[in-house]
Amino acid sequence: MAKEPILSAKDIEICFHLRGRTLKPIRKCSLDLYEGETLAIVGESGSGKSVFTKSFIGMLDANGEIINGSILYEGIDIAKYKKEAEWVKIRGKKIAMVFQDPMTSLNPLKKVGAQIQESIELHQGIKGEEAKKLTLEMLKKVGIPDPERRYNQYPHEFSGGMRQRVVIAIAVACHPQILICDEPTTALDVTIQAQILQLIRDLQKEFHMTVIYITHDLGVVANVADRVAVMYAGEIVEIGKVEEIFYDAWHPYTWALLSALPQLGVKGEDLPTIDGTPPNLYNEIVGDAFAPRNKYAMKVDFVKAPPYFDVTATHKAKTWLLDPRAPKMERPKAIQALRSKMKAKG
Amino acid sequence: MAEREKLIEVKDLQITFGEGRKKFVAVDDVNFDIYRGETFSIVGESGSGKTTIGRAIVRINPTTNGEILYKGRKINGKISKELDREVIKSCQMIFQDPMASLNERAKVEYIVSEGLINFGIGKTPQERSEMVQKALREVGLLPEFASRFPHEFSGGQRQRIGIARALIMQPEFVVADEPISALDVSIRAQVLNLLNQLKKSRGLTYLFIAHDLSVVRFISDRIAVIHKGRIVELAEAEELFLHPLHPYTKALLSAVPIPDPEVEKKKKLLVYDPSMHDYSTDKPVWHEILPGHFIYGNQKELAKYKKEIQKG
Repeated sequence: MAKEPILSAKDIEICFHLRGRTLKPIRKCSLDLYEGETLAIVGESGSGKSVFTKSFIGMLDANGEIINGSILYEGIDIAKYKKEAEWVKIRGKKIAMVFQDPMTSLNPLKKVGAQIQESIELHQGIKGEEAKKLTLEMLKKVGIPDPERRYNQYPHEFSGGMRQRVVIAIAVACHPQILICDEPTTALDVTIQAQILQLIRDLQKEFHMTVIYITHDLGVVANVADRVAVMYAGEIVEIGKVEEIFYDAWHPYTWALLSALPQLGVKGEDLPTIDGTPPNLYNEIVGDAFAPRNKYAMKVDFVKAPPYFDVTATHKAKTWLLDPRAPKMERPKAIQALRSKMKAKG
Repeated sequence: MAEREKLIEVKDLQITFGEGRKKFVAVDDVNFDIYRGETFSIVGESGSGKTTIGRAIVRINPTTNGEILYKGRKINGKISKELDREVIKSCQMIFQDPMASLNERAKVEYIVSEGLINFGIGKTPQERSEMVQKALREVGLLPEFASRFPHEFSGGQRQRIGIARALIMQPEFVVADEPISALDVSIRAQVLNLLNQLKKSRGLTYLFIAHDLSVVRFISDRIAVIHKGRIVELAEAEELFLHPLHPYTKALLSAVPIPDPEVEKKKKLLVYDPSMHDYSTDKPVWHEILPGHFIYGNQKELAKYKKEIQKG
């Protein structure tokens, strides 16, 4: 990895102030993003994956702040940004975001065309007829048939999948360098999901974007990602190339997420589940955050948080299982099946 | 197969909404049977009418044409009051969105016991409260949750409350309408396991409605694929996955995400175009092409499908 990352987050810590108490959803998260790649961030709800990426564009809620760490983008530490005026230069223009629910991320009172045009006029300084022309072009690019007519329609006249296409059009309209997709297909049907994923991939190629996917569905990840980061309780517990995560995962949480997929289940048997709940983020977490829910937890997991161990140059995991002193662990069946596939290829 | 008891029979079902010019046919010409003790799934995209069928069986949506039989008795249209009560009691429904399907202003105790009160089951409040606690325990919740409000629970727990509410009526037949679509992957597994365990321990029969074929394969015995209000293919779960025949089934299958990057990156997405069917002269029929494997198509298509089967 001689390449320079285009965005580099280092030891980010974020806290929220809530009714006099402090909650820490992100605890020392580091991430390097390389140009042109597709990175997927996977985790349960509440693992902090959305909060983490929202900090890249200054969209944390008003009661949240980055208390530690740096986010280097184009040589500037954007974690230090405080004013809206500073963020506006980056948000939308250089780093854009597609949100989960297309029903709520569009303005229901404004025509669809105007909403896309707004982002073009705001960020590219093109006005009037020319902006409209670009808008129509954009509508066509995201696969909306009959753009002339659609331009003058309201969001409620669009189906869920079409609405998500509009949201993507707004995000991509100003040719951002980085596109963050926060669960872009969770609210959609499987068939529509496949189409939207394909669309994002095509646009990525056309506009040379770097894409971050946020999702809880590892099936989607296998389809789109070059690299995968698995998040749990505000930390990245494992990160690596997509093949490394699927065929040679090391963190028990990654195992648990993978084997909970019904696609890998054996009919008539119970699916392996992750019992318990994620830790309370108000409290200081001692040891490995996943230990209380981990079937493979060792004594040391409850006392001391593991460091990152390198599996390969591109793959690291935060688990004591990789320590040379750790006993040999039998991996879950579903994981072994995936692993043997890797071996079969040599 | 012949000895198996048919719990639900659906014959030539048609459901329409609106009148006159605004009339819209949501479900048309649907035929299937659900045997006792099986999980029967209906799969299709949103707007295909799958939920409407489920709602028609539990008598929420009125039907326009055709028959729905429960244990051999007609349960759609005008029926006697006693039969109506029996159907409401023994056919229960689990809804898609656990955030929307629970009464926000009622405590869990009331939500779960409402059916008991309506049917006068359990003489005293104490007796009912015991039944509620038992039902909660059965779905993996703590009995003390009864005194809380729905907003205090996570999505997975809420879905369990919804399941407890259905189960407390001792139903024989449960319509589960996308019970896991709104849940996280890890919670999905828990709810799927729970549904499977209850099926075994209670001998339940499910009608499972979903858009995600991967989930459906794991849980169901037989699958019906529905497109625009018409069932286009019906077969045993494994048979459908191994030998899909109808182009729409193939398109749906190709859209299922597979958690394997090698396979996934080579995969070709199939798109279904309904205009490929030419039904102007050669009218399509509902045909049993292999034992237990039904498909909707005209003579020309059926011949093509048969060839496909022979090729293996």
